Amino acid sequence: MSRKTSRPAAGKSRRTGRRSPAAAAALIAVGLLFTGGAYAAVSATTANAQPAPAAASQSNVEDGKKLFQANCATCHGLNAQGTSDGPSLIGVGAAAVDFQVGTGRMPMQGHGPQAQKKPVQFTQEQINQLAVYVGSTAPGPSIPDAKYLDADGDAAHGAELFRINCAMCHNVAGAGGALTEGKFAPSLVGVTPAHIYEAMITGPQNMPVFNDMNISPEGKRDIITALKYQEKIGNPGGIGLGSLGPVAEGLFIWIFGLGAVVALTVWITAKSN
Amino acid sequence: MSTATAAPTAPAKQSGGFTGKAANYLDERTSISGAVKEFGRKIFPDHWSFLLGEVALYSFVVILLSGTFLTFFFDAAMTHTTYEGSYAPMNGVHMSAAMASTLDISFDIRGGLLMRQVHHWAALLFVASIGLHMLRVFFTGAFRKPREINWVIGFVLFVLAMAEGFTGYSLPDDLLSGNGLRIIDGMIKSFPLVGTWISFLLFGGEFPGEDIVGRLYSLHIMILPALVIVFIALHLMFLIVHKHTQYPGPGRTEENVVGFPILPVYAAKAGGFFFIVFGVIMACATFFQINPIWNYGPYDPSPVSAGTQPDWYIGFADGMLRLAPPHLEFVWLDRTWSFGILLPVIILGLFIVTVLIYPFIEAWVSGDKREHHLLDRPRNAPTRTAIGAAGVTFYAVMWAAASSDLIATHFRVTMEGVIHTLQALLFLGPVIAYFVTKRICLGLQKKDREIALHGYETGRIVRLPGGEYIEVHEQVSDYERWELVSYKDNAPVMLRPNAQGKITGSMRLRAAMSRWFFEDRIAPVTQNELDQSHGDDEHH
Ligand code: HEC
Ligand code: HEC
Ligand code: HEM
Repeated sequence: MSRKTSRPAAGKSRRTGRRSPAAAAALIAVGLLFTGGAYAAVSATTANAQPAPAAASQSNVEDGKKLFQANCATCHGLNAQGTSDGPSLIGVGAAAVDFQVGTGRMPMQGHGPQAQKKPVQFTQEQINQLAVYVGSTAPGPSIPDAKYLDADGDAAHGAELFRINCAMCHNVAGAGGALTEGKFAPSLVGVTPAHIYEAMITGPQNMPVFNDMNISPEGKRDIITALKYQEKIGNPGGIGLGSLGPVAEGLFIWIFGLGAVVALTVWITAKSN
Repeated sequence: MSTATAAPTAPAKQSGGFTGKAANYLDERTSISGAVKEFGRKIFPDHWSFLLGEVALYSFVVILLSGTFLTFFFDAAMTHTTYEGSYAPMNGVHMSAAMASTLDISFDIRGGLLMRQVHHWAALLFVASIGLHMLRVFFTGAFRKPREINWVIGFVLFVLAMAEGFTGYSLPDDLLSGNGLRIIDGMIKSFPLVGTWISFLLFGGEFPGEDIVGRLYSLHIMILPALVIVFIALHLMFLIVHKHTQYPGPGRTEENVVGFPILPVYAAKAGGFFFIVFGVIMACATFFQINPIWNYGPYDPSPVSAGTQPDWYIGFADGMLRLAPPHLEFVWLDRTWSFGILLPVIILGLFIVTVLIYPFIEAWVSGDKREHHLLDRPRNAPTRTAIGAAGVTFYAVMWAAASSDLIATHFRVTMEGVIHTLQALLFLGPVIAYFVTKRICLGLQKKDREIALHGYETGRIVRLPGGEYIEVHEQVSDYERWELVSYKDNAPVMLRPNAQGKITGSMRLRAAMSRWFFEDRIAPVTQNELDQSHGDDEHH
């Protein structure tokens, strides 16, 4: 936990919201139980286990539905069944909502090859409510367990998994890359562990789904560890030039390296008058 | 010889001291002072663009120094090991000894990372400065007789430098190096019949095999550097034999060279300049990361990263491959013949050969057998300058294509759009560049002519006693005028029958090329015209 405090302010405030003990407990409970299936069973068990979150969970669904109908229904339909403007969300799971709304992609704005990230429009509490509501429509990937998000796994293994499964789209250093028709895999710098995990299990847009058969939850934890480790140590060799590799290096040497040298040659040969 | 040796040692003896004695000692045993004196009297004209070749030379020296350091710690073997150094995210990862030793250089050897970065930045600067140097030589016509051979030597150096860079880039055996080699392997295999054989010979079996790093290492640290050194020596020898060219100016003729003698002024300046170049490279290496192989990981044929590119000087080749359209294969004699890679490789080959032999083409077209020691201002050779601009555009389009994916993500455009645009530009770009450049050159020449004849417009309007308004023109100084008017002009070659009284096909071709080359021209201002225009001015 202590490592998290070194993160940038924006991320921190959002994180502390999520990490307050009650919220965390609620999330874990919700996450575990939704995999179980039917909502009826869920509410019954949570009611037995922990009265407070259960009540929250019950009303969460109601609040979530209200929020959903106000903000999302135009595209996704009043009951998340989908319209011509947006796909059905039945069965996409709470994780998909937490990812899409938590990274600011939803509610979608404007048309383009791909829904863009933008400032998040809801509080984490509202996002949870939306997630619980969409999750209640049918079973689907749930919010990941905090124990996979501690970024304390095996970085070497994670980096290897990342190179094999993700680098072709996201670049080895997670700097992002181009796909066809204007779509792109975004940079992964600064993405929270939860969103990384959720991206893997829900496969947003052109990204494939990496289910637990492809990459085990421990493997996902290792990937997160590798990405976070890379962020933490930064660039051992100096300024990283965007981690874009030889293109950035080439432009740099032509513009600044050779530029400086040419300026110096002009200076040396300048007449001293 | 004896007189030559006596003279310079005399002052050394007078000054006495250790240096004098040492110089004398050396001279008595080697007679070196004759050479020093001869070399020291060489004149080197002063212009910033004449220092670009030196930048290349000095970065090569930096490369040699840092490369030697790297050889002490680099292990050019592809034996499998498990990394156990201090870079945690690689701990326990299987890799080749080459990769592991490069990681060790980066993280466990004092100064190793800095030296790797010095070596790599210096390599980039080396090739870049050669490139700019070549452009200078081209656009000023410094490759004309008697320097055609030296152009060829220089161009071979450029190719050797690219080869040095590419073999170096492949040594650490990381993901990028492996991907680069994979592309080269593909290019080799694209040659019908022999390709596969050559590939197996080179890699010692199926790609990637276990031999390639060791072989590249021999090339990278022995064969290629030795060749580079030999060619640099030849290049400089020819430079001394031919003497340096100079820009036209008062007192500068085809027969003399105006500038500083190499000793002592020039040598002192050059020595200082070496440290400046060294300093720029050190600054780059200290503050900017290059080739972070720890991000790329060891080579493994399955993963390929987004944004995989070669170093900039190989970019044009990578770009040409990306520009080749799909479906370039057909079935003939029961075999599939694929041109998807062969065609771009052929285009690259033709481009390189054209640049290599350009001086001979131009000499043939112009029929010019004179020696040239005065440089052309680019505008005074409009067609050559335009051809150069077209060539640069062609190269630049290929180069841009190598980063098509980054252009797409950074400018938020589609990848297909970028590629199709560049495909069109590959053909249209050079044509547009040709005509635009030629027009600009002719326009500038016209302006020069105006200024030489009538001076600058001052914007000062004066009313004469008779009521007439005129703008006052300020005459240029004789020095400046010299620069504007003193160039030689080339007329198209005339089509005349040869000794047998015949006109051959090649003569026709030559006449046609020559007409194309020299048809549009602005004749230099003649003395007559000058006298006349001055008469006019006095009249006002
Ligand atoms: C302007 C229309 C629009 C609005 C408003 C909108 N969405 Fe979407 N949403 C889309 C479209 C189109 C897609 C599918 C393409 C994509 O993922 O970019 C999508 C995809 C999603 C997905 C991913 C589905 C999957 O298969 O993984 C989720 C989850 C989602 N939306 C949730 C929401 C929520 C929650 C809201 C309200 C806060 C919302 N959306 C508002 C248009 C919209
Ligand atoms: C086929 C290409 C592809 C592969 C392979 C892929 N991704 Fe993605 N990824 C994408 C695309 C496209 C998006 C953008 C989705 C969007 O905007 O909704 C994305 C988005 C993401 C995001 C969200 C980033 C953000 O800024 O919010 C994360 C995290 C992520 N991917 C992680 C991974 C990981 C980890 C892997 C490997 C296990 C992986 N991806 C493999 C294409 C890919
Ligand atoms: C024109 C000359 C040269 C060029 C352009 C060049 C270029 C390169 C490049 C680009 C690399 C990859 C470095 C990296 O990023 O890790 C490299 C590696 C290397 N070079 Fe050179 N080099 C040249 C000459 C030499 C010479 C003369 C030596 C030895 C005397 C040398 C020794 C090495 C070694 C040992 C490596 C591998 C170590 C490593 O990758 O860290 N190089 N070279």
